[in-house]
Formats: sequence, C-alpha cells, structure tokens
Amino acid sequence: MSRESLAQVFARARSEDRAALIGYMPAGFPSLEGSKEIIKALVDGGVDIVEVGFAYSDPVMDGAIIQEAAEIALRNRTGAKEVLDVVSSVSVPSLVMSYWNPIERYGVKEFTKALAEVGGVGVITPDLTIEESGEWIEETERNDLSRVYVVAPSTDDSRLVKVAERCSGFIYAASLMGVTGARNSLSDSASQLVSRLRKITDLPIAVGLGVSTWEQAASVAKFADGVIVGSAFIELVLQAADIEQACKSVASLARQLSDGVRKG
Amino acid sequence: MERTEIVGHFGPYGGRFVPEALIGALDELEAANNSASKDPEFQKELNHLHKTYTGRPSIITEAKRFAEHAGNARILLKREDLNHTGSHKINNVLGQALLTKRMGKKRIIAETGAGQHGVASATAAALLGLECVVYMGEEDTKRQALNVARMKLLGATVVPVTTGSRTLKDAINEAMRDWVTNVASTHYLLGTVAGPHPFPTMVRDFHRIIGIEARQQVLEMTGRLPDAVLACVGGGSNAIGIFHPFLDDQKVRLIGLEAGGSGVESGKHAATIVGGTPGVLHGTRSYLLQDSDGQTIESHSISAGLDYPGVGPEHAYLHDIGRAEYRAITDDQAMHAFSLFSKCEGIIPAIETAHALAGALQVGNELGSGTILLINLSGRGDKDVQTAAQYFGIPL
Ligand SMILES: Cc1ncc(COP(=O)(O)O)c(C=O)c1O
Repeated sequence: MSRESLAQVFARARSEDRAALIGYMPAGFPSLEGSKEIIKALVDGGVDIVEVGFAYSDPVMDGAIIQEAAEIALRNRTGAKEVLDVVSSVSVPSLVMSYWNPIERYGVKEFTKALAEVGGVGVITPDLTIEESGEWIEETERNDLSRVYVVAPSTDDSRLVKVAERCSGFIYAASLMGVTGARNSLSDSASQLVSRLRKITDLPIAVGLGVSTWEQAASVAKFADGVIVGSAFIELVLQAADIEQACKSVASLARQLSDGVRKG
Repeated sequence: MERTEIVGHFGPYGGRFVPEALIGALDELEAANNSASKDPEFQKELNHLHKTYTGRPSIITEAKRFAEHAGNARILLKREDLNHTGSHKINNVLGQALLTKRMGKKRIIAETGAGQHGVASATAAALLGLECVVYMGEEDTKRQALNVARMKLLGATVVPVTTGSRTLKDAINEAMRDWVTNVASTHYLLGTVAGPHPFPTMVRDFHRIIGIEARQQVLEMTGRLPDAVLACVGGGSNAIGIFHPFLDDQKVRLIGLEAGGSGVESGKHAATIVGGTPGVLHGTRSYLLQDSDGQTIESHSISAGLDYPGVGPEHAYLHDIGRAEYRAITDDQAMHAFSLFSKCEGIIPAIETAHALAGALQVGNELGSGTILLINLSGRGDKDVQTAAQYFGIPL
C-alpha cells in the first residue's frame, strides 16, 4: 500500500506553507459501512489524516456530540474488529483514537500487531498516562506505530518534556480546558500551549478541541502544524437524513476547513 | 504489568488513567494531602470537627437478638449510621472539604448514587462556605428523591445525569467532565476509594478512623480481636476504612459483601470482584464489569449506593493476595436481612448496609457461637424507606 507516512504528510503540508487537516470519525457511526463512506468523503474534501474513533461506554473527555455518536456505534456493536476494518479502508494515514480499556481488554500486544497489519499508523490515547505506558511503548515501538498523547493548557513545562519524549508522529495539544465539542470562540490558551511546546520538541503539533469553522481553522493554522476537527463533522452526520447527504455535507465542511488551513 | 514510574499502585491495580489535563490537579491534591497529613494543625481541625460535628467516636452496639439468627456468634456493630448525615461518608467528606480550603479552591463537585455522599458533600460545603454541585444519575434521583431534596435544602445544586445508564457510573463521567473544564477553581470530592491516585489512598486514610476506633473498642469490650470483620462493598470506602487497621492481624478474616442483585449468574448484579474481570474504569485499574470489548456493563442492585460496575483498586489487590474475601449478596438476601435486623434490633439500616448484615447471617452460621463478628453498620435506612416499603408491599 502506498499511503504516505505521518511525517510525509506534515512535511508536505509544511512545504505548502499550511497546516494539515485531521478529521475524527468514530468507526461504526452511523453504521459500519456508513462510517467508511463518510471517512472517504472527508478525505475527498481534503482531510489529510484520519482519526478513527473506537467508541467507548465511558468517554470522560467527550462532550454531548461525540457521546451520542459513541452510543450509536456501540448499539451497532462496534468493537476492535470493526475499528480495524474501518482503518484498513482509509486511503490516507489513519490513527485509532481510543480510551485505554478497550485496548487493554483486546490485549496490548494483539492490538498493536493487528493495527499495524491493517495499515494503521498510530494511536491517540486520551486517558493513558506516561506512567502507565511501559508495555504500550514497547509494543508500539515493535510495530512501528506512532504514540500520540494529548496535552492540555494545564500541563506544566516539566511534564510537557516528559510527555513529548514519549510521543511520536505528532503531539495532540488540547486547545482549552474541557471536553470535545464545537465552541463559538477559541481562547489564547492554544497558541500559548503550542509556543511552550515549540521550545521543548521538534514533533509536529496538532491542535484539537472546539475547532469547527473556516475562521477557527485558519487562526489555528497560523501557529500549529495540524488542525483537528471532530464534533463539527459528527454533528453534520447526526443531522443528515441519510448517508449520501451526510457524505455531501461533511465533504463540503472538509473543503472549507482545508481552505482554512491554507489561509492561516 | 509493567510501569515506568510507580505511583499509587496496589500490586497491578490502581495508578492513574486520566486525561493529561487532570494531572496537575491530582499532583496538587496529592501534595496538599501529604502536607496536611503531617500538619498537626490540620489533624487538630479535622479531629475537632469529628468530635463536635460528626459525633465521633461512633459507638459499638451488640446485636443480641439478631445474633440468634447468625449461629449465636457475637455480633458487634460499628455504628457509622449515627454519624451526622447518617453514614460513614462524612469522614471522607470533611477531610476533603478541609483540603479544598487548604488548596484555596472555592467549589466542590461530587457524584452520588444513593445520595448519601451527595448529602454529606452538601453538608460540608454549607459548613465551610463552599459552592457545591452534585451529579446524580436521573434514575437515582427518582429512587432517592428524599436525598435530592436534602441536598437542595443544604444549598447544593443537583444535576440529574441523563447519559448512559443514568446511575452512579454516569454521574462520575459527568463529574469528571466538569472537573476537566473547571479544574482551576474546583475540587472533585470523590466519594469512594476508587478513581485515580491519590483518591484510593487518601479516601481510605480519611475512613481508617472507623477501624482504628473499632479495633480498640472491641478489644476493650471483649478482651480480644474479632474473628471476622464484615462490610458491604460498593466502591469500597466503608469496607477499607474498617478493614485497613486489621490488615496486620492475620487471624482476623476480612469479608466484603458485594451487591449480587438478581444473582451473579443472572448477569444482573453489581458484584464487581466476584463477577468481574480486571480492567480500567474511571481512572484506575481494578476489577470491573465489562464485556469482551472492554465496554462497561451496567450494574444492577436494589441498593443505589452499591450499584456501581467498578470497585476500589486496593480491594482488587486484597482479593488477589487472599487477605480479604468477597461474597455476593442478592437483593432478596439483603432485604431479608434488612427486615429481620430492623425487627430484632430497632435499627433500620441502609439497604447497602443490609448486604453486610446478610453476610453476618451467613458467616455467623458458619463460625458459630463463641466467635465474634464486627460489622460496619455503614448507614441508616431513612433514605430507603420508600424502596423498602415498595419491596415489602407496604402502602405509602
Ligand atoms: C450507607 C452506605 N453504605 C455503603 C455505601 C457504599 O459505598 P462504599 O462501598 O464506598 O462504602 C454507600 C454509598 O452510597 C452508603 O450510602
């Protein structure tokens, strides 16, 4: 398979003087096949990297929109097998975004191996701390998967160093203190966090939480290497009458955002 | 399982599985708790509150008529039901509320199932002048309506949680979301020995007073240590509080009673250790009720305070090393003990506590006369009158 690597995507974006656009969509939402089609529409609209969400029963980092999508995915009995199936269908670099327990339950060795086999490039783990990452680091290294941790405006500098040292591929900077979900305005906390990160790491930095519009994408692209959008896409899927309409509207938003990351 | 840095673990259990956003607050809490535990002024203030407000030390009552149904073993009750607000929960709440002030925070949030922890939190907030928001599953706001009213009368805001199973687990999710958002101003006053480090250790230490007092009291009353100590286990705070000071007394059996709901084999239960498997929930590794994909399975119990699919990590460890035993008590067994105990002793226990009493009936009959059982009477049953009336068909 001739998918780009994460590093290649960020390098290409940099050479084009823009940020990469990263789109989040849970596997199995609104259905297994539907999630594949929607992700394809995201990519057609200009998403450079896909985060495939692994729905979880107790998503403490997520706001109402992603919770609703997760509940639907779980009702559709979406488990590891389905998540891996969706990852294998994506034509751009794709990572899994998962709370820790489903991975631990599947088996850290087994999950990393299976993800690498279907062509996944990494995993974002919002509730795995570096202190609990011993086996995780070994197995992701063994399978050449990127380990993406999520840092927050409240993360102090000494901790940022420790987390960044264990991160690979890119680092996920939460734009604000809070859960996922669209926000009307973004505060300065994102740019401040990114500039603190720049001092301690050369990893690409992607900013997520709250980004939903062209303007927000453009303003984040001014200082970040990647712009992550999830809830805004999911909301469109929730509102759509069918998959076809959902694909149209997410592709259209992806086009706007992908224009936004070029205007930053 | 391998870990790079060991913090707050009990064997393979415990630790921290939380968003990075919360690490600063957990570190701050750990530091505040460590310094407070060594600060004589803090200890003095907490002890003074316990003496003049909680009503400590709580007394020991011998349950002689109930004992006749429990193989004539001596049944000694540690009366946490007589604490202000009606349960053991106040021990932890006063400690954490004082820590909140020490950290300079002005707002507390709490989750509650039965409402006992919510009431205790609202009480401490009123006493110490803190803002208090309590998250409670919508399902629980209905079965514990009286406690919702109590919290409101005490000046707290009660937020009914309508996500997931609408019970305690979802109330914790919602409280965590609030905390991630408002962590600079807010302390999350977790109500049991679960959650990320330092909660399991800190909450245990605030409840150890139960076991410290009881050990001394039993020695004075009987001249020896009990043969077994029994307590109900939801998250596990009242149990670890009475167990912990007996850990080194190898001859004293420690027995935790979990909520067996309609029976563990039915799948409708909350017996996390008896019927669960190791995994990660709400920031800690412990036993939990989960399916083969690692999704949490909803728990079932007639007792709102035990209706939780997780359990404190130290209990998981005590179970694995064989220092404590855990059994499941069904709804029906608990309600039988509830009724029997009320009629024999003139004390209406909380339905949570009735699980420990049902355990006492079993263990007393196994060990027989001449043995001594110490039971943590964790709470009183006023809040459960409606549920019990319904169960027994008493018209209201
Ligand atoms: C009276 C009483 N006992 C026990 C419990 C269970 O909690 P834990 O296992 O933390 O003691 C509760 C919880 O609400 C309670 O109200």
